[in-house]
Amino acid sequence: MQIYLPIAEVSVNAFLLLGLGGIVGILSGMFGVGGGFLMTPLLFFIGIPPAVAVATEANQIVASSFSGVLAHLKRKTVDLKMGTVLLIGGLVGSGLGIVLFNYLKALGQVDLLVKLCYVVFLGMIGTLMFIESLNAIRKSKKSGHVSTRRKHNWVHNLPFKMKFRVSGLYISVIPPLLVGVLVGVLAAIMGVGGGFIMVPAMIYLLGMPTKVVVGTSLFQIIFVTAFTTMLHATTNYTVDIVLAVLLLVGGVIGAQIGTRIGVKMKAEQLRILLAIMVLAVCGKLAFDLLVQPTELYSIGTEGHA
Amino acid sequence: MIRLFALLVMLGSPANAEEIVLGLSRDQVAITATFEGSEILLFGAIKREAPIPDKSELGIIVTVAGPDMPVTVRRKDRRFGIWVNTDEVEVDAAPSFYAVATTAPMQDVLRDTEDLRYQITIPRAIRSVGAQVGDSGAFTQALIRIRAGEELYQVLEGAVDLEEETLFRTAIDLPANLTEGEYEAHIFLTRNGRVVDEYVTTIPVQKVGLERWLYNMAHDNAFLYGLMSLSIAIAAGWGASAVFTMLRR
Repeated sequence: MQIYLPIAEVSVNAFLLLGLGGIVGILSGMFGVGGGFLMTPLLFFIGIPPAVAVATEANQIVASSFSGVLAHLKRKTVDLKMGTVLLIGGLVGSGLGIVLFNYLKALGQVDLLVKLCYVVFLGMIGTLMFIESLNAIRKSKKSGHVSTRRKHNWVHNLPFKMKFRVSGLYISVIPPLLVGVLVGVLAAIMGVGGGFIMVPAMIYLLGMPTKVVVGTSLFQIIFVTAFTTMLHATTNYTVDIVLAVLLLVGGVIGAQIGTRIGVKMKAEQLRILLAIMVLAVCGKLAFDLLVQPTELYSIGTEGHA
Repeated sequence: MIRLFALLVMLGSPANAEEIVLGLSRDQVAITATFEGSEILLFGAIKREAPIPDKSELGIIVTVAGPDMPVTVRRKDRRFGIWVNTDEVEVDAAPSFYAVATTAPMQDVLRDTEDLRYQITIPRAIRSVGAQVGDSGAFTQALIRIRAGEELYQVLEGAVDLEEETLFRTAIDLPANLTEGEYEAHIFLTRNGRVVDEYVTTIPVQKVGLERWLYNMAHDNAFLYGLMSLSIAIAAGWGASAVFTMLRR
């Protein structure tokens, strides 16, 4: 069934959008990532104008994250205190990110920057996670128990310490704030929630337990993406509500299913799957940059409209 | 000015008293939520006061053009091993949709000088003045190629049926990815490749109903629209969670 999207001004198949929303929603619930880093490129691929895709995706992430966080709240796997600290950083970061984005847009080449950002960050994070979780799986098979990593690094020597009871941490607020800012900047530039950066940062940098990470990440993402949605809606008029509704109907259902799958799986398995997925997206984007495209020319209307 | 010139041409040629009378299958196109494209039937007749002149060859050219918009055409090149946009050409005005239908191959029904004057063929309908790159022609060609691939630019040679040198009809397919605006339909009557009469009419293409309402709201009450989008998102998220909790019990 074809549906004409009023803001995007294109006609697309409604079931295709529902399906895409569902698949990305499952992943989002499983891994605590908003799924934007998968959905945004997919939307480009089916012909949604990039500006509309990025803005609408932010709105859709609000829905799937909200759905996911409710499931996590019930199981008490959300560190609200940590989430709030991350959120403060995130809002500052997304403000900065939008300024940076508009500056780069004026210079042109913003597409390239976004793609390079994806390749570099996805590649780095994916590789690190893959190696780490592979080691963890190997170790747990050998010794029969999962080793708890509680080593003290530089993160623990900073001032302004705060107790995060749910995460079982007593660390400085500076690292989470910085993580929040970094994620906010990247989220604004790349048009994603930033979960795929935040989740590894929380695990490896802050040393949070994996089970808490997912819920807390979702909690923070809701607010950052809601803020981004409002910014896009009021400045660029690029939020397509019809597109958003179709995506989020699939997305919220998927997120519920995904959360339940996630609970049944071991943390290491979860991480290695996420790593593989991140690397796959990275590989696809890198491939597109390296191989000669069939159509060298592209049409842009931005900067005029 | 064009009219005057056309009049002079008409006076100079033996077939002077020929005029187009046109009908349209629809006088407007409404874009609804389930819009899948549309077909416009253009039909008409040639009104004459004198008998049909038999020496010269008669041609009909029908064009339908969407609103003109400036576009940027970018070309990728290899830099440091990756493909990036390097050159770009600003096209001052390119129609968002353009279809040209004729009774016979273009060179038989239209002279190049007439094409230049009336801007009938696709390359002529695109205006590109400020070109920063030497081979800006390649950029215009690319624009035409990409839009033709999306069925936004159509060349339909021989798609106009002409009967008894008097009645003509053609159908233009409007694709689903249509932009709003006033679409202009031009019908040219040619004799030996010279335009002897031109008929112009506009077909408004507009979003209606829910589409119209949402589009207006997004632009006029952006803040409210943003809040509405967010509340729908939150309600959907909460709803799904509630439904699944109930299902598990």
